[in-house]
Amino acid sequence: MFLDFFLLLRQHALPVTLPEYLTLLAALRSDVGGTTVDDFYFISKTALVKHEQHLDLFDRLFGEYVAGKQSAPPETLPTIPPDWLRDALETQLTDEERESMQAMGGLDALWQRLRELLDEQDERHEGGNKWIGTGGTSPFGTNGSNEQGFKMNPGDRSQPDRGNRTAAKIWEQRAYKNLDDSLELNTRNLKMALRRLRILTREGIEDELDIDGTIDGTSRNAGYLDIKMQPSRKNRVKVLILFDVGGSMDEHIELCSHLFSAARYQFKHLEFMYFHNCVYETLWRDNSRRKERVPTWEVLHKYNKDYKVIFVGDAAMSPYEITMPKGSVEHYNLEAGIVWLDRFKAQYPHLVWLNPNIAAYWPYTQSTKLIRDWSGDRMFPLTLYGLEQAMKSLKNPKITFAP
Amino acid sequence: MAASPSLVPILHHIAFNTPYSLRLTVPFQGTDRYVATRELSVAVNASIQLQKPLLIKGEPGTGKTLLAYEIAQALGKPLYTWHVKSTTSAHQGLYEYDAVSRLRDSQFGSERVGDLENYIRKGKLWEAFESEEQAVLLIDEIDKADIEFPNDLLQELDRMEFYCYELQRTISARHRPVVIITSNNEKELPDAFLRRCFFHFIRFPDRETMQQIVTVHFPDLAQELMAKSMSVFYSIREVKALKKKPSTSELIDWIRLLLVAGVTHEDLNELDALNELPPYLGSLLKNEQDTELMIALRKKGGRPY
Repeated sequence: MFLDFFLLLRQHALPVTLPEYLTLLAALRSDVGGTTVDDFYFISKTALVKHEQHLDLFDRLFGEYVAGKQSAPPETLPTIPPDWLRDALETQLTDEERESMQAMGGLDALWQRLRELLDEQDERHEGGNKWIGTGGTSPFGTNGSNEQGFKMNPGDRSQPDRGNRTAAKIWEQRAYKNLDDSLELNTRNLKMALRRLRILTREGIEDELDIDGTIDGTSRNAGYLDIKMQPSRKNRVKVLILFDVGGSMDEHIELCSHLFSAARYQFKHLEFMYFHNCVYETLWRDNSRRKERVPTWEVLHKYNKDYKVIFVGDAAMSPYEITMPKGSVEHYNLEAGIVWLDRFKAQYPHLVWLNPNIAAYWPYTQSTKLIRDWSGDRMFPLTLYGLEQAMKSLKNPKITFAP
Repeated sequence: MAASPSLVPILHHIAFNTPYSLRLTVPFQGTDRYVATRELSVAVNASIQLQKPLLIKGEPGTGKTLLAYEIAQALGKPLYTWHVKSTTSAHQGLYEYDAVSRLRDSQFGSERVGDLENYIRKGKLWEAFESEEQAVLLIDEIDKADIEFPNDLLQELDRMEFYCYELQRTISARHRPVVIITSNNEKELPDAFLRRCFFHFIRFPDRETMQQIVTVHFPDLAQELMAKSMSVFYSIREVKALKKKPSTSELIDWIRLLLVAGVTHEDLNELDALNELPPYLGSLLKNEQDTELMIALRKKGGRPY
């Protein structure tokens, strides 16, 4: 019973397992089972879906399952792509784009997909289909805007039909749509990611019973109780964060300030400095008072190699700013940026570079490549996943990232 | 991905021969103080019937914690609440063994020392397991605790029993409690834990449900004031840049303030006309940046509502 539904969910990578399916069947047999499609929707949702991010996908699949098989696509498009389109794609795509197109099944498969999508849009206009927004794979230059499905779908969400609470509509409202995204990157989950960088040591006030010590002391005391205390284990990791500010970093201000406030309360020993584009002979402590500079040598001497160093920057600049003396855009630097970067690398075995730019764009910037090479592929994107990996890398430098 | 056809009859066999002797006498349908959508009551009843913990998530202020209280009240069952904090460990919910005070007692030759049970402090889970009748157990804000916390409770919630090492016996539930778990999503819960739960996401109520909720709290509220305050509330929620959107509990607080101060819908309309912010906005917006944003929006002449 409903095995095909279960398999449909599995096919679309919804993480449902056999015990959950059996639970669903048991629920259907019990009193709460109900007899309407609505109840089946509620019960299957509560039994099978375990995360709100999956709710939207579930709604769509449920709609698909209830509606039954798809109708054949109408002949609104030729069965094969016309030559002019094929030619245009051949000439305009880069090798990588061509490769990723092949990975999606080649031009013919994509053409088929476009036809299907168009077909669904037709049905939508007649009032009642729900697969809009399933296509996120088009190489036709509409990446990202695909949510609305090839822009041929006016008024998909613009009129939330209130009061329309008929049974078949509930999953079609797609109420969980905006939950179906990668987690919003807020201070809280940034903190959670930063927590991965924990080095627990015992230091400070003795506020915990040391059982081994107490047993030992009591035995030596001929059985007379001798309570020993010890400091509790706390995270005492030392972190030095260097923020790139100004220029192209301006668009990432919000993200960086989130990271900053998360880091501030997460690490007890936290030092932070600012630089512009690349580190040179001076850094500054306060972004509003750039005049008060700290010599980089002083930083290198003051913070020993126990410190974990995190660079935050988009690494997007002219390559000369890294490789050449006097290459900086702001001043005459006697030594090239890479010399200073190498000094950091020699001093701190544990360092990472966090890049707020999208990782897929990294290969297009030469300076980003230079810095990635310098860091030994320890450049991580400033996303939750990237941050988690970066924190792991600070403990184990063998963990690297490739976009 | 496709299962072998021979699996199907087996599944049928398993599914339809599993005994579920417990039958629900009164299904949960909300109370006179708590509006439960059909969706929510189905989830609650399914979890009671199949004796699985129910994990509740949703925006803050949508009544996650309240649900357990209302279930206990509606079904007339005792309620045990376990509020989880960042320092809570799973063991505290089961029991704590106070070795130090026993050691100390031993020094003074106290009579209590001989009986180990004197030094075992029962946790909420144990209390719920021991309850004479089926109880409701609320594990509130499970995401506050350490990442490993849910994993430490897998066996306990699955089998509803645990082993007490000090007493060397297994404590098992007399009646499997109805377990309600709330989470604010501050931490991801482990998959193994999720598999054992039913899950329900309380979505933000639509206008119709919200009207029911307000009516439940203020049965005598004038229709005009209700309509006006709802429209103010929903339009504030629609302002995209807000850091913290007001939720159900904040709307209830605000309406209560309006009633206490004797503000009528005419006053609200008048303030609207004068381009002033509605009174007691502090109960809706909990963040000074949000308040400033509303003032700025007003100054610009843009009517957020």
